Amino acid sequence: MISHFLKLEWKQFFRSASFGKSVALKIVMGFFALWMLLGFLSISVGGYFILKEEFPDKDPFIVVNNFLIFLLISDLIMRYILQKIPVMDIKPMLILSIKKKKLVNYILTKSIFSFFNFGALILYIPFSIVLISKGYNLVGVLGWLFFMLMLTLCINFINFLINKNNIALGVLVVFLAVVWLSYQYQFLDITVYFGKAFYAVYNYPILSIIALLSVTIFYYLNFKQLSNALYLDGAIKLKEEEVNSADLSFIDKFGDVAPFIKNDIRLIWRNKRTKMVFFMSFFFLLFGLVFFTVKTYRDSEIWQLYGCIFLTGGFAMNYGQFVPAWDSEHYRMLMTQNFSYRKFLESKWFLMVVMTVVLFILSTPYIYFGLDKYLLIVAGFFFNIGFTPLVMLYMGAFNKKRIDLGASGFGNTQGTSAAQFIVMLPVLVFPIIIYALVNYFVGFNAAIIAIAAVGIISILLRNSIMNFIEKKYQQKKYSTLHGFKQSE
Amino acid sequence: MITIDTVSKKYGKAEVLNVASIEIPTGQSFGLVGNNGAGKTTLFNILLDLIRPTTGAIINNDIVVNQSEDWKNFTGSFIDESFLIGYLTPEEYFDFIGDLRGMNKADVKTFIAKFDEFFNDEIIGKKKYLRDLSKGNQKKAGIVAAMMGNPQVVILDEPFANLDPTTQIRLKKIIKELTENKEVTVLVSSHDLTHVTEVCERIVVLEKGSVVKDIVTSTETLKELESYFAE
Repeated sequence: MISHFLKLEWKQFFRSASFGKSVALKIVMGFFALWMLLGFLSISVGGYFILKEEFPDKDPFIVVNNFLIFLLISDLIMRYILQKIPVMDIKPMLILSIKKKKLVNYILTKSIFSFFNFGALILYIPFSIVLISKGYNLVGVLGWLFFMLMLTLCINFINFLINKNNIALGVLVVFLAVVWLSYQYQFLDITVYFGKAFYAVYNYPILSIIALLSVTIFYYLNFKQLSNALYLDGAIKLKEEEVNSADLSFIDKFGDVAPFIKNDIRLIWRNKRTKMVFFMSFFFLLFGLVFFTVKTYRDSEIWQLYGCIFLTGGFAMNYGQFVPAWDSEHYRMLMTQNFSYRKFLESKWFLMVVMTVVLFILSTPYIYFGLDKYLLIVAGFFFNIGFTPLVMLYMGAFNKKRIDLGASGFGNTQGTSAAQFIVMLPVLVFPIIIYALVNYFVGFNAAIIAIAAVGIISILLRNSIMNFIEKKYQQKKYSTLHGFKQSE
Repeated sequence: MITIDTVSKKYGKAEVLNVASIEIPTGQSFGLVGNNGAGKTTLFNILLDLIRPTTGAIINNDIVVNQSEDWKNFTGSFIDESFLIGYLTPEEYFDFIGDLRGMNKADVKTFIAKFDEFFNDEIIGKKKYLRDLSKGNQKKAGIVAAMMGNPQVVILDEPFANLDPTTQIRLKKIIKELTENKEVTVLVSSHDLTHVTEVCERIVVLEKGSVVKDIVTSTETLKELESYFAE
């Protein structure tokens, strides 16, 4: 039986829809994976030496132990958000002659081999090797390592037990905040107590048995819970989302375009991937913190200009680059309806502009970094409100890759093709060229004004540019329809 | 063979199924009809222990289905496409099920060969994953898999839906052959009155979760059912 399951695992992995991507995308993803691996490795190998340098009077191992509680809680929170027990995989097995006990053991064992647990391996093992090479007690370090790995598995199983329980998440976040505050203000520093507990395992390796026992208990609890829920109206139930129908009638003011805007808002709000884009655009707001504070970028005007374009343009770029593929599933239906392309496009344009304005308003606190920085954001805003949406819409006419909205949002690159990289070029390269030219011949202020001017000119010419874009879409209609029909 | 004993299912206050008692003898071809929401799939799901009944129990060949899992050894079923393993090819899927049912590769091959006509060259050797087949072809694969390993009970939910006319006729022939010797009990649900009356010797009509008709099929049955549903 086990060999059956292993074979299925193998096939599932190599035949998954996300694996059949284009070579270029695979290479890019491969690089990211390698980059993350190297990042983890450098932390775990170099961590000891970095800490030694930063806190010369402290034992790095103790510093790490004090810090571990943060790592463990954040791990649990991250898993809570991202990791789910792969219970849907066994739906087909339910009607076959396989005992439920076997199925439950199979999914629980399978969860041990998740990416999250692999991360713990590359974090703790190299660190332990460094410790041993630095003369720490061999048995102690091994006991500690075993303890940490078992603790990781505990977190793995605890996560499934508290799965999607919002109260549990609240408790975790509050706990994390309390620990951090107590550490920050050195008031009853809780981290020290946890640190001592972890260090005790190093002194008395036999204590690591506790973690092993805990894993067994949590495994058993999961086993019991899952065995009782292996029903179509239990754990193996497709999440039927409660319909959230917000009243969007205020949009009716916008006349002909209103039905499309309403549809687009629902599209964004009711699908995982689009929701992700929506939330990511707020994340882009934080770019300023990096570009205004980190040494490498702080003194480079060109980097800051980049930062400021991303800052308010997050939504316009991320949402805009997939127009009209967001509607690919029902594009054929749309094309049989009696409406003008213009309205469809205007609605997308409207959303991008509104979101850019919202992001701009939210970026006001950046005045704190000085007026000159803020003016950069203002220039970026004008650029993003005028130029970016029009470029995105224009490039969209060449977009032929279908997007399945039902697929998950996180790290989903489906529908991405070379076009997406090309789309980004004008938005990222064009302002730099203007900046470089004007800055060289006239000066910094003039360069900033020039970038804002590009945006303002685009707004003024919007109507005729939109006419042009509309024609492009009409020309490309059939090839777009053909492209959207192909599933990956 | 199968005893349905005062089975009911409630979700909150809404009762979706309430069946007093149905006794299905060995070798019977049993048809279940009813409009959407009548409880056909719910009843099959309870029979396969895919959901738990609120009250009552179903006994399949002396085994209470939600107490022991031994019924799995002699029961074959197909509910819908979500019960297929989408990333396998049909051949791999048949091999997998065959293995579970104690058939070796050669057994599987001979068994599958019997369905050449039913598959109509659209399933075997196509180099396609199950998830990429059309709904009708997925259904064909699922139905055949349900019959693997000489099951004593075969349960098919809406087997005729999505099939092309030729395949529908071939499926009817297969079901009739299956119950010919009165050894295999077949349970079929359908929206298509003509098909069920043709293949089933007994037809039960569900409405809003309750049995409203329990008929031994005769030449009058189709008319009776049609006039019932026309109301």
